[in-house]
Amino acid sequence: MAGPVLEAKNLVKHFPVKRGLLSREVAVVRAVDDISFSIDPGRTLGVVGESGCGKTTTAKMVLLLERPTGGVMRFEGQDLQALDGGSLRAYRRSVQAVFQDPYASLNPRMRVGSIIVEPLVTNESLASAEVRKRLLRLLDLVGLPERAADLFPHEFSGGQRQRIAIARALSLSPKVIVLDEPVSALDVSIRAQILNLLRDLQAQLGVSYLFIAHDLAAVAHMSHTIAVMYLGKIVEIGPADIVAKSPKHPYTQALFSAALPSHPDERRDEIILAGEVPSPLAPPAGCRFHPRCPHALARCSSEEPQLLHESGHLVACHLYPK
Amino acid sequence: MTGPLLDIRRLSTHYVSARGTRVTRAVDDVTLSLDQGQTLGIVGESGSGKTTLALTLLRMLPPAARVVSGEMLFEGSDLLKKPEHEMRRIRGKRIAMILQDPMMSLNPLFTVGDQVAEPIRVHEGTPRRSAWNRATELLKAVRIAAPETRVREYPHQLSGGMRQRIVGAIAISCEPRILIADEPTTSLDVTIQAQYLNLLRDLQRSHNLALIFITHNLGIVAKMCDQVAVMYAGRLVEAGPVKQIYNAPAHPYTRALLESIPRLGDGRQRLTAIDGQPPDPSAPPPGCAFHPRCPKVMDRCRSEAPPEFRATDTQTSRCWLSAPAAR
Repeated sequence: MAGPVLEAKNLVKHFPVKRGLLSREVAVVRAVDDISFSIDPGRTLGVVGESGCGKTTTAKMVLLLERPTGGVMRFEGQDLQALDGGSLRAYRRSVQAVFQDPYASLNPRMRVGSIIVEPLVTNESLASAEVRKRLLRLLDLVGLPERAADLFPHEFSGGQRQRIAIARALSLSPKVIVLDEPVSALDVSIRAQILNLLRDLQAQLGVSYLFIAHDLAAVAHMSHTIAVMYLGKIVEIGPADIVAKSPKHPYTQALFSAALPSHPDERRDEIILAGEVPSPLAPPAGCRFHPRCPHALARCSSEEPQLLHESGHLVACHLYPK
Repeated sequence: MTGPLLDIRRLSTHYVSARGTRVTRAVDDVTLSLDQGQTLGIVGESGSGKTTLALTLLRMLPPAARVVSGEMLFEGSDLLKKPEHEMRRIRGKRIAMILQDPMMSLNPLFTVGDQVAEPIRVHEGTPRRSAWNRATELLKAVRIAAPETRVREYPHQLSGGMRQRIVGAIAISCEPRILIADEPTTSLDVTIQAQYLNLLRDLQRSHNLALIFITHNLGIVAKMCDQVAVMYAGRLVEAGPVKQIYNAPAHPYTRALLESIPRLGDGRQRLTAIDGQPPDPSAPPPGCAFHPRCPKVMDRCRSEAPPEFRATDTQTSRCWLSAPAAR
């Protein structure tokens, strides 16, 4: 297929802060402020950034759990704002999610089989034999035994529960799956199993992922493209190996240099950032990163940098072009 | 002083159910030692017993736990034999602890100054005024900007990174010999985590502290520790110098764990996953607890638990492959 499955252009989400008797709007939280990205079929877009950078809000907008304040999102070329009724249902079927905590995202009173086929039963009218057939196929896909269908979630470990959540997300054969920190609640020895499973499923089914995580090595491992967010803005976006190996934006450089080493002999030149992420209620003027930036120039505090091409990807920083 | 600062010998802590019918061997026959100024990383998955080990050290175990056997020599005397009132003088003063979630370990109703000054007033009998002055200095030591105003604020007014630094300030307030940090940075962002780890390292150097890191994150161990102890199902499966173990792990579990982690810059290669799941700590498999998941399992592993072998001069391993005859 030509073109991306999912495309966002100048996407904005502001949350109003209301106070007082008349709920007057006193401020806005600029959670996501003018970001653009696209996901191609069968590819993974990884989003990294610290808490408050807007990555979860972005995921919620993709899932239509939040309506964007501005901007356009297109699914297979169709504007999401224009969808209604049947086409909106079709979109919701095509975009599924797997959340961080498989202890919270599975209903403890339902049997695993019913959890997995619930989306199928509500969305499609199928004969029960067909539902059973699909259930067995889904269990097989995620590597769970057939008898798992009759058990309850509490009878499974964290890694297996995450497999159940993945099977449920796959039940409607979606085009895009939003993975919000899918392995951070799991034990270390289980994480590799789930990451491998997700990769195998992508190769087998051609599904696209929007992968959100704070573990940079895991994002670099899973993604084809990485977007780095800071205070609601994308500061750098490009092919995963370029962003991970030779980041250009000072924030990305600091972020990746702060990632933990995998071997005691691995010594990076650590860039330790001063201070903390400012409040998105009152982001700094100009480049939002300038108060913490080790390379800040005079114009950084007044002029906002645009995302421009720099060595094969996009960077929003006044240091470039050199 | 001769000998190590802390010497744990064949320590076992079990949890016993109310009727005494079910016994969980949370810590099983653990031997460890730690020198002054050294950093030890205790690595393990959930249920491996690493937190129980730390709580045993401070004798803050829940009522269901029993220390069944072993010794814990701190500066030459056994902590397990000390009466409770002596333990109270050690906790927070000689051995301090930092917990995972700073919001849980700070009291929301007291100011930062009160909480940092409390151990100084309790342990050293310092009057309120001078304890508060010490608290302000300690906030400066953990690099909190404007400590004079922050000292009068409440925990909810601070960010997560700042709160965790306050907990750090409380921990070092009485100049302890050992600082135990239980997953100190899991609730922090990447750049804040790097700030905090560097702060801990500086504090360790300036106070000549012995640090114990309890973590599931092998990256923290690689960055911070000199020694590492790997726990699995309550047992110490491998221990030794960090570099040696990362270069040549002797135990198959350690090897598998190190191989299963994605590394920055390895591209999109397939990860080597460990099959199966960590065992239920109340019903571990017979023999070596790792045998159902071990790629090198032998008949002997299924029935006989391996004792601790010396894999090299400085490295121990609980695996039959490290037995002198097998090498």
